[in-house]
Amino acid sequence: MTRHIPWILMAIAGAVALSVVAVSRGEAVNALWIVVAAVSSFLVAYRYYALYIARAVMRLDPARPTPAIRRADGLDYVATDRVVLFGHHFAAIAGAGPLVGPVLAAQMGYLPGTLWIIVGVVLAGAVQDFMVLFISMRRDGRSLGELIRMEMGQAAGTIALFGAFMIMVIILAVLALIVVKALAESPWGMFTVAATVPLALLMGAYTRWIRPGRIGEVSLIGLVGLLAAIIYGQAIAESPLWGPIFTFTPVQLCWILIGYGAVASVLPVWLLLAPRDYLSTFLKIGAIAALAIGIVIMAPPLKMHAVTQFIDGNGPVWSGGLFPFLFITIACGAVSGFHALIASGTTPKLIASESDAPLIGYGAMLMEAFVAIMALVGASILDPGIYFTMNSPAAVIGADAASASAAVTAMGFPITPELITQTAKDVGEHSIISRAGGAPTLAVAMAEIFSHVIGGPAMKAFWYHFAILFEALFILTAVDAGTRAGRFMLQDLIGLAVPRFKDTSGIGPGLVATGLTVAAWGFFLYQGVTDPLGGVNTLWPVFGISNQMLAAIALMLATAVLFRMKRDRYAWVTMIPAAWLLVCTLSAGLLKLFSADAKVGFLAHAAKFSTAANEGKLLSPAKSMAEMQQIIFNDRVDAALVGIFLLVVLSLLFFTIRTCMAARRVDAPTAREIPASLVPAE
Amino acid sequence: MTRLFAKLRRTALMMVGMPDYDGYVGHMQAHHPGAPVMTRTQFFRERQEARYGGKKGGKCC
Repeated sequence: MTRHIPWILMAIAGAVALSVVAVSRGEAVNALWIVVAAVSSFLVAYRYYALYIARAVMRLDPARPTPAIRRADGLDYVATDRVVLFGHHFAAIAGAGPLVGPVLAAQMGYLPGTLWIIVGVVLAGAVQDFMVLFISMRRDGRSLGELIRMEMGQAAGTIALFGAFMIMVIILAVLALIVVKALAESPWGMFTVAATVPLALLMGAYTRWIRPGRIGEVSLIGLVGLLAAIIYGQAIAESPLWGPIFTFTPVQLCWILIGYGAVASVLPVWLLLAPRDYLSTFLKIGAIAALAIGIVIMAPPLKMHAVTQFIDGNGPVWSGGLFPFLFITIACGAVSGFHALIASGTTPKLIASESDAPLIGYGAMLMEAFVAIMALVGASILDPGIYFTMNSPAAVIGADAASASAAVTAMGFPITPELITQTAKDVGEHSIISRAGGAPTLAVAMAEIFSHVIGGPAMKAFWYHFAILFEALFILTAVDAGTRAGRFMLQDLIGLAVPRFKDTSGIGPGLVATGLTVAAWGFFLYQGVTDPLGGVNTLWPVFGISNQMLAAIALMLATAVLFRMKRDRYAWVTMIPAAWLLVCTLSAGLLKLFSADAKVGFLAHAAKFSTAANEGKLLSPAKSMAEMQQIIFNDRVDAALVGIFLLVVLSLLFFTIRTCMAARRVDAPTAREIPASLVPAE
Repeated sequence: MTRLFAKLRRTALMMVGMPDYDGYVGHMQAHHPGAPVMTRTQFFRERQEARYGGKKGGKCC
C-alpha cells in the first residue's frame, strides 16, 4: 500500500491544480497551474492506466521475443535501449500539429483545450499509439495498412490505404499553408528559411564526400549557419535592395512552395532531405526543451479568458461550436491518427522487450500532449487582443491597426492601435494583423518567453524569427518527406489497377505519382491561400476531421484485434475512445457538409454563392464572375472530400463490426500474431 | 559520465534514424561470421537511403 502513497499525493496535487485552473475567475491564473495539472495527470495515468492496459488488456510478456530479437539484422531490426528508442519515437511523432491546434483552439479560452488535451491523451491518444505499437510488435513490425488487411480483410486494407493517402494530401496542404502564412510579406523570415536550402545542400555535400557520416559535426556547422542567417536576416530585410527581393505575396509563396515540393522530392535524399532533417529534428527537440524550461522560469500569468464567448461557434479564428469542433481542432496532442502510421513503422522493429512498450507507446504520446499544453499556454499568455488581432481574417478586422483595434475591441478584447504597431515592431515584422495559422502567434509567445530568460526585449525580434525558422524548417522537411511517402502510397493504389505502376524504381511511374501528389496538395494549398477567410478556417477543420478519423480507424482495428484475441471484456479500452471519435468526426463531417450556416457548411456556402451568381451579383471577396465560379467549385471539392472521409470511416466501421461478430462466433483466438513459441530466427 | 554522454549521442543519432554502427558490426560478427561487413561510410549511406528513400513517411504532422 505504501508504494501508492506518492502517487496518491501526485493525484491530489493534479486535482488541486486543475480545480484552480477551472474555478478561478477574475484574477489571473498562473500558467504553472496548467503545467502541474497536466504533468501530474500524465504521470498518474502512466503509472496506473498504462500498466493496466499492459498487464490485463495486452498481457505483455517480457520473455516473448520481439521483432528486434527474432529478426535482428543490425539495420532495421535492432534491439534498442528504451530511453534511446523513446527519443527516436518522440522525434518521429512530434511535429507542427501539437503546436498549431492548441493555438487555434485558444479562441474558446484556455480551459476547454486544456481539459480535452488531458482527458483525450489519457483515454484516447496514448491508448491508440500504445495499442497500434503492440499489434505491430506482435506481427513483425508491419504497417497499419497491412495490419488492417491481416485482421479485417483485403477490402478494408485497401480502403484504409486510400483514406491514408487523402489524409496525407490534406496534411501537406495545411502544413504548407502555415508556412505561407508565416512567411508572406516577411523578408526577414523568408530570407532565413531560404538560406536553409543552400545550407542543407552544403551539409549534404559534406556528409557525402568530405566527412561521411559525421552527423553531429555537420549539424553543428548547420546550426551556426542558421544563427548567422537569423542575425543577418534583419539587415537583409531592412536593405532597400534585398528587402523587396525577399518579400513575397501569399500567392507567390504558394507557387514557390509547390515548385519546391516537386523538385525536392525527386532529388537524392542525401542532398537536401537528410541534412535538413538533421537540423530540423535537433532544433525541434532543443526548442521544445527550451520552451519547457522557459515557461517554468518565467511562470507567466494567463491573460486569455478561461472560456470566451466563442464557444457558441461564432469565433473569428474558425467557425463551429465547442462540440464537435474543439475535438477536431486539437487533433495532434490529444489524439492523432497519424501516429498509428509511426507506431507501425520503424519503432516496433527496434523495441528490445515487450516490457518497454508502455514507455514508448503510451509515454511518448504523453510527452507530445505536454508539448500541446505548452503551445496552449503560449497562446494564452499573450494579450487576448493581440491573439485575436493575429488570428482573425482580414475580412473580419480589416488590414490596418486602426480597423483591427476597433474590431477586436468590439469583440470584447480591448486593444489600442499603438499596441498592435508596437508588437509588430518588437518582433521585427511589418504587421501582425491576420497572421493566422498558429505559427506566428506561437512565435510571438516564444519570443516573449525566451526574451524574458535571455536577452530582454532587445532580443525579441531575434527569438521571433528563431521560432518561425524552427517551425518552417520542420514543416518543409515534412512536406518533402510526405510528398515522397504520398508518391509510394499512390503508386500502390494505382498499381491495383495498372500493375506496371507498382514498380517503385521506374522513373516514369515515379514522376507521374510525384506530380499527382504535388498537384493534389498544391490544389488545396492554392485554395487555402486565396480563401478570403484565410484558408486555415477552411482547411484546418478538414485536416482535423481526417486525422481524427484515422485515429478512429486505428482504434477500431485495435478493438477488432482484442475481439479476435478473445479479450472482448477488455475491449472497452479501445471502444470508448473509438466511439467518441466516431461521434465527433461524423457529426463534424456532417455539419461541414450539410449545415445551413454558410460559415460552417460547404454546401450551404456554395448554394449562397451560386444563387448570387445566378442573379448576376458578386459576393465579397469575389471580384469577378470567374472568381465566383472558383469559390463554388472549391466548396464542392471540399464537400466531396469530407464525403469521401465519411464513407471511408463508415465502411471501416462496418468491417470492424463484421470482424468482431465473426470473432465472437468462434471459441478460440483468431488474431494472427506471431506465436510466442517461435524460436528466435538465426 | 562517459556512459551518459554515449547514451545521449546514441539517442540523438537514433532520432534521425541512424542506428549504432558498432552494434551492426557486432551483430554481423556474432551471427554471420565471414559475411561481408559494410564500412562505416557504406553503413551510413545504406541507412540514410533506407530512412528517407523508402516507403516510410517517417514524420508526423
